[in-house]
Order: sequence, then structure tokens, then C-alpha cells
Amino acid sequence: MSDASISTGPRKPPITAVGPIAWAKTNLFSGWLSTAVTLALGYLLIKAALSFVDWAFINAIWSVPSNAQGPQTQICRDMQGSGACWAVIGEKHRFMLFGTYPYEEHWRPALACVLFVVLYIISAIRRFWRWELALVWIGMLTAIGMLMWGGIFGLSYVPQERWGGLPITLILATFGLAFAFPLSILVALGRRSSLPAIKVLCVLYVELIRGVPLISLLFMASVMFPLFLPEGMNIDKLLRAQIAIILFAGAYLAEVVRGGLQALPKGQYEAADAMGLSFWQKTGLIILPQALRMVIPPLVNTFIGFFKDTSLVLIIGIFDLLTAGKTAIVEPAWQGFGVEVYVFIGSIYLIFCYAMSKYSRGLEAELNRHRHR
Amino acid sequence: MSETTSDPRYKRRPPKRPLRLSWSDERVRGIFWQIVVVALVGSVIYWLWSNTSHNLAVRRIATGFGFLDREAGLPIAESLIPYDPTNTYARALLVGVLNTLKVAVIGVVLATILGTAIGIARLSKNFLLSRIAGAYIEIIRDLPLLLQLLFWYTVMQGLPGPRQALRPMEGVVLSNRGLKLPALVWENAHTAALVVFLLGIVATWVYARMARAKQMADGQPRKVWATALGLMLALPIVVWWGLGAPWEIEYPVLRGFNFRGGMNISPEYFALLIGLVTYTAGFIAEVVRAGIMSVNHGQWEAAQALGLRHGSVLRLIVMPQALRVIIPPMTSNYLNLTKNSSLAVAIGYQDIVSIANTTLNQTGQAIEGIAIIMAVYLTISLSISLFMNWYNARIALVER
Repeated sequence: MSDASISTGPRKPPITAVGPIAWAKTNLFSGWLSTAVTLALGYLLIKAALSFVDWAFINAIWSVPSNAQGPQTQICRDMQGSGACWAVIGEKHRFMLFGTYPYEEHWRPALACVLFVVLYIISAIRRFWRWELALVWIGMLTAIGMLMWGGIFGLSYVPQERWGGLPITLILATFGLAFAFPLSILVALGRRSSLPAIKVLCVLYVELIRGVPLISLLFMASVMFPLFLPEGMNIDKLLRAQIAIILFAGAYLAEVVRGGLQALPKGQYEAADAMGLSFWQKTGLIILPQALRMVIPPLVNTFIGFFKDTSLVLIIGIFDLLTAGKTAIVEPAWQGFGVEVYVFIGSIYLIFCYAMSKYSRGLEAELNRHRHR
Repeated sequence: MSETTSDPRYKRRPPKRPLRLSWSDERVRGIFWQIVVVALVGSVIYWLWSNTSHNLAVRRIATGFGFLDREAGLPIAESLIPYDPTNTYARALLVGVLNTLKVAVIGVVLATILGTAIGIARLSKNFLLSRIAGAYIEIIRDLPLLLQLLFWYTVMQGLPGPRQALRPMEGVVLSNRGLKLPALVWENAHTAALVVFLLGIVATWVYARMARAKQMADGQPRKVWATALGLMLALPIVVWWGLGAPWEIEYPVLRGFNFRGGMNISPEYFALLIGLVTYTAGFIAEVVRAGIMSVNHGQWEAAQALGLRHGSVLRLIVMPQALRVIIPPMTSNYLNLTKNSSLAVAIGYQDIVSIANTTLNQTGQAIEGIAIIMAVYLTISLSISLFMNWYNARIALVER
């Protein structure tokens, strides 16, 4: 029975069992239904990709001539529907990103945006999760404030009404979360409290805010808030919207934090009580560090939601990134090129949110590693 | 600990202590802090309230809902009930509420269907299908809804005019005036058939319950579907037939610069519906995926080992367990869709927010206007969550 070929060592598996062919067979063509789906989807995908490349690159117009009457967009109009007019981005991107901030000072909001991103990256690294991080936040936010307002270190003063675009979106999101997060912890603790009056107040706050859309709170901030204050006292519109966003985010984050508090085993509470710790010692040293760690992934998901929701300030006329984009195409020369502008603005939001959601998933896997064993 | 624990140790209450009037007594401290917090919140509310009433008096703004009976004078493009600008503000607001419900109800149904399909596609063994579903979920969830709505609205406005309208199918016309569909000319026979159909659903439900009770008694499974088909399908058709079987379809026709006849879906409504449905479907898909994945594979195998057929496994074993995980997040997605429909104001669809906002600008009744918006949404939110909580309690796991 001895065959010469056996002595050459183990045979390789057949080519249809491993490698790309086998992979395609199990993942793309495992049955007649699967094959049909793959072929149909592949056809549609290739067709869509080709027409997108045609629209976005091959037939696209990257710049238009300009004369005394402004940019001449006739060639863009001729191509409308078959080719993108990226000239609108080239012409208007500074306006969309920084709004009506003085043109020659645009480096300041740009640097502020970079500082925001640096701040996010530092906060995302687990090695830096300690209380000194709060100092970094205060320092960075002060620096951003000085950059945007100016008036010191030889920077010219820029009133807040001139701010716009991406910095406004980042300011609303960052300050909103920086204030809403501590608020939400207090509310979540209050909702779990054994003191009935405090519990009722917290439940009312959370349920009332969660029951109404953010728009109604923003309307309230823009039209009702001035009525709430004593005569002569006036709060700027951006700050009013910021307060509405903080109150809104606080209620939603409080529910996430409450989830963490509830998921913590009762033994932790009892052990802390047995040690004779006071309420705040127990909460600060035992409960919160564990409860917050458990809810980090849903917290990041909620952050993503609020980052997107800041765009709603468009409705009360605050000049954030989306409002700037919508305003850019009001000019007659560029009317009708909304798709290009929204693709541009959408990609900025996509970069921020995708980075956050990727981070959240990585963190979730890392924090749950001990469970998969 | 559960209330029904049989272990007597957990039932025993700690001995009652008399309340000592001392700072070291926990209960005294608790009462003190509650009084402080309530007093603080109360005084802030009182301060805001007194400022508001002072400001209102200074600006000579009348308070109260008296303005609701005045003539609205605001035109509304689409309405489910007869309306014209000479009607009152109350009726205008009612039109707004109905418009909100129109987009919310249809949106919830379509988003559930689309989201479930995408969620199942995401779990498909087909690599291409699951990757495309994954990319859809990721992209749609990372873009602000308002941006998507503005995008869809821009796309709608960029469509050709009525004369060059797109006609993907006979009778379906898509132009920058919206989507036109052929419509059935509604007659009494249709109403009668619809009523019989609804009665048929109720009768089927009763019949199914009776059949189930009998099966529980003697163990014999009974076929329900034949009777159900008769009650829900055959009976309405017989009624419709008996009343003369009217069947006239009206097609949209180009007259002058716009279309006449047929069913009209305005570009604003269409853009809002597409935006809300595609956005919410991305979230629902993730919910459905997580729900299906939460059912242990052993459950499938155990059910098959019992000799159940594939459909029965899905219906009796897997779905009830998956639904338990799916229902609570699904509820919040339905609530979100309803609340997000308020973004309609940005693209000019006249929902309750848009109409209340116009009312508020015309009359200056800011507080009442916003109170109406909030009351409407609170009512809708509470009704949805009450219904879903009831449903959730029905299917929840019964423990001990």
C-alpha cells in the first residue's frame, strides 16, 4: 500500500476548502438564494459606485471663473445633475467653517478647533483618566475662550456675534457635555435617593425633559427665557441655547448614569455602609468609580447623539456649522448646489461621529474583556 | 431582593427607633436636606414666575388661552380635516397635531419594517449583504438628522418640474411638486368593507383565543387560519361585491403647471418621511440585531430537539425571547421618531411645532404657544410609553 506521494509529507487541503475561493463559496455563494443576492447587490453596488465616481470626480467642476459680478456659475448649472460643482466648496469653505469671523483672523477659530480635537484625544486616552484631567479641561477651555474673544496678548477683540461655523458646533457640544455630565450624576443620584422630595423633583425633571423634543426647549430658550429674567438683565442667545442643551443633555445622561448605579451589586453599597463611610465618601470612592466605568460605552453613544443634536440650533438661528452651510447657498450665484454643500458638511460630522463610535466600540471590547473568558 | 422571597430572614424588618431630634440621626438630616432643596427649587421657580408676570405686565401681553378662539388667518398647505385661514387658532393647532401624527404613525410603521429588514440583513451569512447593511447603519447614525432632512428636501427641490416629471411606473409621478400616486375613488362600499374587515380582525382574535383555550383543555391543536382568512378576507370581499363592487382608479394628470387627481404627497412631507424613516431604521436595525443575537443558540437546538418545525421555533421560542430584549429600546426609538418629527419646521412641513410657532409669532403668546407644543408631545410620548410598557409587561419574563 505504500505510495511514493505519501512520503512527501502532509498533503495540502484542496483549493476549494481554504483560501479565497473557499471564503467566497461560504460567504458569498453558499446557496442559490445567497448567490442571487450577491449577484444583484454586486451589480447595484458597482452601478452606484460608477455613477458616483462620474458625478463626484469625472464630471465634477472644481473651480469657476470669477469677474466683477462675482463667480460665474453657468458651467456648473449646465452640468447640474450629472456632475458635482465642488467650486462652491472651494469658494465658500472658509465661510462654512468659520462663519462671519474676520477673514484675516481665521487662524484663531482654526486653532481653537485644533485645541478642541487635542482635548478630545487627551480625554480619550485611558492613562490620563485622573482628576488632573479636569485642570487640563479648564486650561484648554480658557485658552480657547481667549483665542476666540481676543482682546489680550495683542489679539483684536471679536464679539461673539461674529463667531460661527465649526467652532460654534464644538463649543455647544463640549461645554454642553462638560456641564451636563456633573448635573446628570447629581440627578441620577437624586433619582435613586431614599428622600422622597428629592426623588420626586429628579423624576419630574428627567421625565418632563425627555418627553418633549429638543426644539421646544430651544424655542423656550429663544423666546421665553427673556421673559423669565428681571428687566435689564439680558443673556446672550448662544448662552441661552447652551443652557437649553445642558438641561436636555443632563436628563438623558442621568438615565444612562442611573443604569450604571442600578447595575452595581447591592453588596457594594452595603459594604461601604459597613465601613462607616459617609454618603459622599461612599458615593465618590466606591459607587461612582464602578458605576461610571460600566456605562462608558452608552455614555459615548449619548455624546455622539448630542454632538449631532447641536445642529438643531439652526432652527433658532444660531450660526453653527449646518446653519453656515445653509446660509452659504442662499447667495443667488450658488443657489441650487445644496447637495454638494451638505455632502461637505456631512463628511465633517461623519469624521467626528465615526471617530467617537469607533472609540466607543473599542472601549466596550476592552472593558468587557474580562467577561469573555 | 424580590418581594416574594420565601427566605424569612429577608422579611424581618429592622427594629423601629424613635426619632431623635439630633444632627446625628440620619432621618433628621434627610428631612433637613429635603426642606433645603425644596425651598431652593421653590424660590427659583417663584423668582422666575414673578419676573415673568412682571415682564408680561410691562409688555402688555395678555395671558391665557383666549386667543385660541380668534381667527387664525394662517394658510396651511396640507390638512387631514377641512381647514381654511378663516378658522380659529384652535382648529389650526388641531390640524398641526394631526399632521404630526400623520408623519409619526406612518413613519413608525415604515421604520419598523425597514429597520427589521436591515437588522436581519446585518446578521446574514452573505458577506456582501451584511457589510452593506453595516455601512448603512454606521453612516446613517453618524449624520445629524437635520442635515439629512435638509439634504432630502434639497434633492426633492432639484427634481424636474411637472412637465419633465419622472414616471418610474404607470400612474406614479415624481416631480418637484411631490409624489403623485393613483388613488381609489372612495365609496360607501369601501367603508363598509373596511368596517367588516376590522370586525373580522376582532372576531378572529376571539376565535383564536377560544381555539387556544380548547387546545389547552384537550391538547388537540386546531387550525385557525382557514376561519381567519374567511373572516378577514372573504367576508369584506363579499360585502364589497354585494354593494356593487365599485373599482375606479383615478390617475394624476398634468393640467397646466401642476397635476390634478390622484393622491398627492407633498415634497415637504415626502422629504420628512424619507429622512425620519431611513434615520430611525438605522437605530432599529441595531436594536433588532442585538435582540436576535441575545437568544442563545442552544434555544434553537433545544426546540428542534423537541420536534418543533422551523416556523414554530421562531414563533414560539426565539421571537418571544428576542422581543423581550427588543421592546424597551424599540419604544425609545418610536418616541425619538415622534419627537424628531418636530424638525419638520426646518423644511416647511406644517406640523404642530411649525403651526404653534407661527401662532406664537402672530399673537405674541410665547408661553402659551410653547406650553401647547410641550403638552402635545408629552401626551404623545406618555401614550406611546404607556402602551409599550403594557405590552412589555405582557411579554416580560415571569420570575418566581
